[in-house]
Amino acid sequence: MKLKTFKKGVHPAEYKQLSENKIIEQLPLPGEVYIPLQQHIGAACVPIVEKGMEVKTGQLIGKSGGFVSSTVHASITGKIKAIEKMPHPLGINTLMIQIVGDGRDECENSLNSIPDWENLSAAQINEIVLNAGIVGMGGAAFPTQVKLSPPKNKTIDTFILNGCECEPYLTADHRLMVEHTEGVVLGVRILMKALGVNRAVIGIESNKPDAIALMTKATEKYWGIIVQPLEVKYPQGAEKMLIDAVLKRKVPAGGLPMDIGVVVNNVGTAFAVAEAITKRKPLIERVVTVTGPGIREPKNVLARIGTPFQNLIEFCGGLTDDAVKVLMGGPMMGVAQTTLSVPVVKATSGIVCLTEKMISKVQEYPCIKCGACIRACPMNLIPTKLARLSQFEKWDEANQYGIANCIECGSCAFVCPAAIPLVHHIRVGKIRVAEVRRKQTDTHN
Amino acid sequence: MENEQNSGAVESPKSTPEKPTPAPVAKEAEKRHFILTSSPHVKTPARVPLIMWLVITTLLPTVGFSVYNFGVRPLIVIVTAILSAMVAEEFVNLIRHRKMTIGDGSAALTGLLLALTLPPSLPLSMVVIGAAFAIIVGKQIFGGLGYNIFNPALLGRAFLQTSFPIAMTTWTIPRTIDAITTATPLGSFKFEKILTPYIELFIGKVGGCIGETSALALLIGGLILALMRIINWRIPLSYLGTVVIFSGILWLIDPAQYPDPIFHLFSGGLMLGAFFMATDMVTSPVTNVGAWIFGIGAGILLVIIRQFGGLPEGVMYSILLMNGLVPLINRYTRPQYFGEVKK
Repeated sequence: MKLKTFKKGVHPAEYKQLSENKIIEQLPLPGEVYIPLQQHIGAACVPIVEKGMEVKTGQLIGKSGGFVSSTVHASITGKIKAIEKMPHPLGINTLMIQIVGDGRDECENSLNSIPDWENLSAAQINEIVLNAGIVGMGGAAFPTQVKLSPPKNKTIDTFILNGCECEPYLTADHRLMVEHTEGVVLGVRILMKALGVNRAVIGIESNKPDAIALMTKATEKYWGIIVQPLEVKYPQGAEKMLIDAVLKRKVPAGGLPMDIGVVVNNVGTAFAVAEAITKRKPLIERVVTVTGPGIREPKNVLARIGTPFQNLIEFCGGLTDDAVKVLMGGPMMGVAQTTLSVPVVKATSGIVCLTEKMISKVQEYPCIKCGACIRACPMNLIPTKLARLSQFEKWDEANQYGIANCIECGSCAFVCPAAIPLVHHIRVGKIRVAEVRRKQTDTHN
Repeated sequence: MENEQNSGAVESPKSTPEKPTPAPVAKEAEKRHFILTSSPHVKTPARVPLIMWLVITTLLPTVGFSVYNFGVRPLIVIVTAILSAMVAEEFVNLIRHRKMTIGDGSAALTGLLLALTLPPSLPLSMVVIGAAFAIIVGKQIFGGLGYNIFNPALLGRAFLQTSFPIAMTTWTIPRTIDAITTATPLGSFKFEKILTPYIELFIGKVGGCIGETSALALLIGGLILALMRIINWRIPLSYLGTVVIFSGILWLIDPAQYPDPIFHLFSGGLMLGAFFMATDMVTSPVTNVGAWIFGIGAGILLVIIRQFGGLPEGVMYSILLMNGLVPLINRYTRPQYFGEVKK
């Protein structure tokens, strides 16, 4: 039988075997952590602690800064050394809270008894999710409680759990589904309750047969939850592609999944929700796949948020001599790092280290209009045209050609026989087109 | 930053990363320099030269057959055309202070394609002029590889046809060494109503241009390219299909006046044009819908020129005319993007 999937897309080499069978290992407590106040899309958190204060593990240190925002917590016990701008893995310097650990790991426990989650209302679940600082852990880091509270006029009928993990190398979600099957399924049930839906689909790419088998078995007893194996194709895990594959519904351009009655969450997010609801544990640690040919010993690591990349890399045997590139995230959409002092953030699904051999200098040729990028683009755009329009600063035309719809998945640049950095040009164009559009609406008002 | 190296992808556009502040990390941070480029960080290797050389390779059966058919003279024309094209390309690069580009194989391919559209007996000076015109006016004036509107080889041929009409229509009898004048199958029919037997047409033991006579040899190369997805199969299919249907209708109306579709299919430069000229990536539409329109348009034009025009052959002009429409076709066949809401 042909597996469900979306149209177009590409097949990059997966390299999952480096870490897919490695059991998640707990990283030793870091001596210091750097907790960015901005780890999500939306308004930055507002710090509620000061330099010199003692904090305990799990203590709230940054409160929500707006409707689309989240919270951040101390991930170790210790003293606040500084609150200042430091390098963030997204390539900018942002405000961070630096905590020097004292070696103890005392938890803040505000609740003596935790009520059974089935008695919680949707609003209560939302509040706990917000207070636990949970955001989308697949990479986009959209605050979860916002996804869980759609406007009244949107009816949600299906919840989709994203277990695709379509980026090459990454295996964090895979390991979570295998090692914490019950926790992930519990997360799905809680999220279903929060959304008031009785149908959930768990989409998993067929290159994870063990996860599919375990998740299928664990969900058998729950009415309405089904596991949907999907074809291995990149970017299967992109929200719009996943919804299309599973439900044959298309998110309208410029719209959100909730416009077509769907909410999608990532496996890591569901697990974090389960932990928050049943243990009142805020999001202070996550599974990070540390892998790639530039790492001596690839592993799946459970690391505290704020731990410097350096610690994780050392825990995995260090970099090989020919490692030249360190990415946060996978090779298709990950962000290249200049320093290993950047901390693990809530959206750090992996640290992928590439070697010199893989990044061999590529000569760029002129576009020969072969159309390979068009055949690859899952959003059905014309990448070569968009890149060209962006280079010539034709913002209006770029807008007409739908530049804003690019999801920056990298499929076009991956296949381009002329080695043109298409995504780079389009990304620049997207930002400028958004600016121009904003200005236009401003003058109209 | 000294460690940047990737051609176009320089800093991340999201933000210009400031010089990272000295790492205040627990353990001594390794003093390493990492490469900073924007995503994606993996890609398939650049294949532009590979594509060009592959197309050249698939034309070898055709070249081989031309030697069998016309002797060693076509080989001299081919080598002259390729060398002239490469010299012309480097000449332009020199005066424009550009890097060498003959390594990408596109100039060699243009030279080869041009040679295949020439009569085997054409004087070599004309071959040189044609190749230089194809490269300089057909391609480099527009900015080089990827920017030209018209197929350079066909433009070179059109130039020769206009400049040297007699030399361009002097045909050698196959399997002879002397340049004795004969007619091409299309010419015989157009002017004398003589039909060449199908089998001779298909195998190519007829008079004509160096690379157009053997439909068989061209089909072998063309099908390999289509199967390898180097060329968009929709273009030859729609082009040939339209010729068959349109000429078939005419033939049904008046078989005495119009030759049958099979004759059209295997005579003249249609196979060469359909598989190797119309499919030129640079000068054909980028979308699949566009490819269908392009092929159908070229097919209609071809039959009109062959049947109602003054020339016996119309492949060259049918493709060149459609080349000119490509920007328009691309504009009007923009695919609907994912989730696009029609206004």
